[in-house]
Amino acid sequence: MAKSLGPVKRKFTPWTDPNEKPFIRFENITKKFGDYTAIDDLTLDIYEREFFSLLGPSGCGKTTLMRMLAGFEDPTSGRILLQGKDISGVPPYRRPTNMMFQSYALFPHMTVEKNIAFGLKQDGLPKDEITARVAEMLKLVQLSQFAGRKPSQLSGGQRQRVALARSLAKKPKVLLLDEPLGALDKKLREETQFELMDIQTKLGLTFLIVTHDQEEAMTVSDRIAVMDKGIIKQVATPAEIYEAPNSRYVADFIGDINIVEGKVTAVADGKTQLDCGGMKVAVVEEAHCAAGDEVAFAIRPEKVSISLDPPADGTVNAFHGEVWDIGYLGDFSVFIVHDENGRVMRAAQANIARLVDRPITFGDMVWLTWKAESGLVLTN
Amino acid sequence: MAADTELSPHGNPFRHLVVLIPYIWLLMFFVAPFLIIVKISLSETAISMPPYTPVFDGFATIKDFISQLDFDNYLFLTEDPLYVDAYFSSLKIAIISTFLLLLIGYPMALGMARAPTTIRPLLVMLVILPFWTSFLIRVYAWIGILKPEGLLTLLLQTLGIFGPDEQVQIFRTDIAVYIGIVYSYLPFMVLPLYATLEKLDGTLLEAAADLGCPPMKSFWTITFPLSIPGVIAGAMICFIPITGEFVIPDLLGGAGTLMIGKTLWTEFFGNRDWPLASAVAVLLLLALVVPIAIFQNQQQKS
Amino acid sequence: MKFTRLDATVLTLCFAFLYIPILILIIYSFNESKLVTVWGGFSLRWYRDMWSNDGLMDAAWITLRVGVLSASLGTILGTLAALALTRFGRFHGRILFSGMIYAPLVMPEVITGLSMLLLFVSLNVDRGFWTVVIAHTTFTMCYVAIVVQSRLYTFDRSLEEAALDLGCTPFKTFFVITLPLILPAVISGWMLAFTLSLDDLVIASFTTGPGATTLPIKIYSQVRLGVTPEINAISSILVAIVTCGVIVTSLLTKSRELQRQRDERAAFRAGG
Repeated sequence: MAKSLGPVKRKFTPWTDPNEKPFIRFENITKKFGDYTAIDDLTLDIYEREFFSLLGPSGCGKTTLMRMLAGFEDPTSGRILLQGKDISGVPPYRRPTNMMFQSYALFPHMTVEKNIAFGLKQDGLPKDEITARVAEMLKLVQLSQFAGRKPSQLSGGQRQRVALARSLAKKPKVLLLDEPLGALDKKLREETQFELMDIQTKLGLTFLIVTHDQEEAMTVSDRIAVMDKGIIKQVATPAEIYEAPNSRYVADFIGDINIVEGKVTAVADGKTQLDCGGMKVAVVEEAHCAAGDEVAFAIRPEKVSISLDPPADGTVNAFHGEVWDIGYLGDFSVFIVHDENGRVMRAAQANIARLVDRPITFGDMVWLTWKAESGLVLTN
Repeated sequence: MAADTELSPHGNPFRHLVVLIPYIWLLMFFVAPFLIIVKISLSETAISMPPYTPVFDGFATIKDFISQLDFDNYLFLTEDPLYVDAYFSSLKIAIISTFLLLLIGYPMALGMARAPTTIRPLLVMLVILPFWTSFLIRVYAWIGILKPEGLLTLLLQTLGIFGPDEQVQIFRTDIAVYIGIVYSYLPFMVLPLYATLEKLDGTLLEAAADLGCPPMKSFWTITFPLSIPGVIAGAMICFIPITGEFVIPDLLGGAGTLMIGKTLWTEFFGNRDWPLASAVAVLLLLALVVPIAIFQNQQQKS
Repeated sequence: MKFTRLDATVLTLCFAFLYIPILILIIYSFNESKLVTVWGGFSLRWYRDMWSNDGLMDAAWITLRVGVLSASLGTILGTLAALALTRFGRFHGRILFSGMIYAPLVMPEVITGLSMLLLFVSLNVDRGFWTVVIAHTTFTMCYVAIVVQSRLYTFDRSLEEAALDLGCTPFKTFFVITLPLILPAVISGWMLAFTLSLDDLVIASFTTGPGATTLPIKIYSQVRLGVTPEINAISSILVAIVTCGVIVTSLLTKSRELQRQRDERAAFRAGG
């Protein structure tokens, strides 16, 4: 496996630059299959050299969106612009995009070499040029010694790399990756994620990846679009999506989070005060809401600390209850705490020391506390 | 995603040809002949060649067409007990044979499905192999066995069950027809049954046993209900062609064996009454519309 | 599901039922005696007689030509029909189309034969070799369509999409990707069509004309007159040909399957 050379992530934020032209633009795209609306009036900009992820559960329309860009589906309405030009009506075999399929779709009756050369041959390139490019691609994915093998003679990881090499061979303007790592086991997947980022940086291409694996999206992407039922819920960088989700859906979909329903009591002085059924919560942020609004308070378990002792400073941002369950995950332990009202909150604690004097265990009455900077107010 | 995976409209300019060529062929050589059969069944017999009037001459005026129609052939069919008997006799033979086929085919398919996975492909091949050999030859092979002076008689005489003068009297009877039909159609019954039984999840039976269900009961409460699609498919595949069977009743059956396929053949080649033969065919087809519809429905589902 | 002794007994009896008549037929084709029940010693006499029977040999030759032609035409049409059924989703008249594909599979042969004949008569076509070819093509194409269709259902469409995505036109994609991959199904469809054509008596009887007597028609007319060892001989040869064909094909598929398994094991050893 290739280890990445040098820093992978670079300072790259074209979407914050108002003068930057989008490379790909989905403009008011709607796609219907019969009565079923797969994509509902969706607009999205993707920039050149961006590594962009479409993330969502199966059936959210992410694959359909990608297939429309590849030309396998036509939008029911709306336009797709590539470098400012409308590409509707251009058949897939004339589009400057290439796709890496979820199943890899390697031609089983052709060798690795022929698979990679397939696209180049369709362009009618001279033979020696094809040979050279194929060799280059094989080297890129480190499969030079497997050139003469058939796909059935390769392991899953090798097939994945042949598929990647084949889709890269034509140097597409946009590479589309449909769940590219879905079929690999966890360890290989993690290694390959870095490889993908490395290749993308090296070749300077625009990558659009479809995945339902949030960790994968977080690792590889410059930006992520979280999709649900044919619409985009949020488009942002992985850090923003994780730390500042704009809705309950996104907060819940990405990572683990405690969500508590409550009412706004005050919004002032850079703070939002909430009352969550008796529990007083303060959040450092003036949320877009007014006193009396029904909102939700959200906090990630790893930002909650757990202690047997009551907090020193009063009753705000504190939760008192009994430990009902402990999930030991090796690096972390998750404590599930129920309070007297039946409310549940989870706290994750890093297992820093191997042995602890007095570990917190089932039935202990504990205090969960968090900083006012750590929580979030979700207004929708 | 993309449950509807047809290529986008610009995907394939040849799609029209791909559909049209077989479509037109089947319209010309499968559907058109049926319309003609219906038309001719409504004509009068004539001595001229071809032996019917009016000749189908394109699309004559509708009025003319209707005025020439003539239901005499159908009336004749309902009046002559020979045809009515032949219909019911065909249906009776088809129903009984289908039942016999199920009775023999089901245990056989079940045995195959239970056989070790390593020998299953061999067993399937052994079932298919006779299907590849000529139907006519397979029926013919039975003549030599069932004839009064044939091998079955010889066997029974050798075993001492029959005396030297006794002979097996089943050739040219309905029993011979049943033997011939069951023999010829057995692979058609076994294969769909096997296909369903083989797919059956073995853990279901283990779960049933685990929950305290004895094997015999779990067969009737689990295996059999789940194999019903296969039973229907197998029964339809056998029942429909058996109803119109000609070769078997002709070669193995006797004068008393009435089957509509044979009647049609005789009407056509023997009596040269084409309109009447057509009427027989149309009525046979009508009798089979329901089973054929069930069959097609079954095929679409699987 | 356990394989019991009862299952073994049932299978043995059923297979005996399926095979004994054919075995007897083959054994008696080597019988010197003309009588079915009397074993007159081993002899190839009936094979020689068969060989010098011009009528039988002509019929065999005609049957062979009808079989090859109609199987080939039926394979082309059936493959197109299978593509139409699996690939084009809904199109105008699809229900009628699939009905036309399935109906001939179960249609009593007397009806198919009679209706074909009446068509040819209405069109004033002289019946003979070509009308039999057309009739056989029509019913065999439906069998081919079913065989190829079941392969196409399991065909990974993304292979074709990958080819399109890499710049290959749909027409070329069919010949470079689709056809090579469904070829085994197309070939077995052809073989099925060929044997069905060789086997057919009823439809051929209706649609044939002077000078185009096929082997089943010949055999049928002789069988009606009684059992003759010559027919045993030609039947045995047909059985032998078909058996060899089926065994060779299944061995070929099997060895390919073994090769694939070996490949996969090798790949597994090679690791990620």
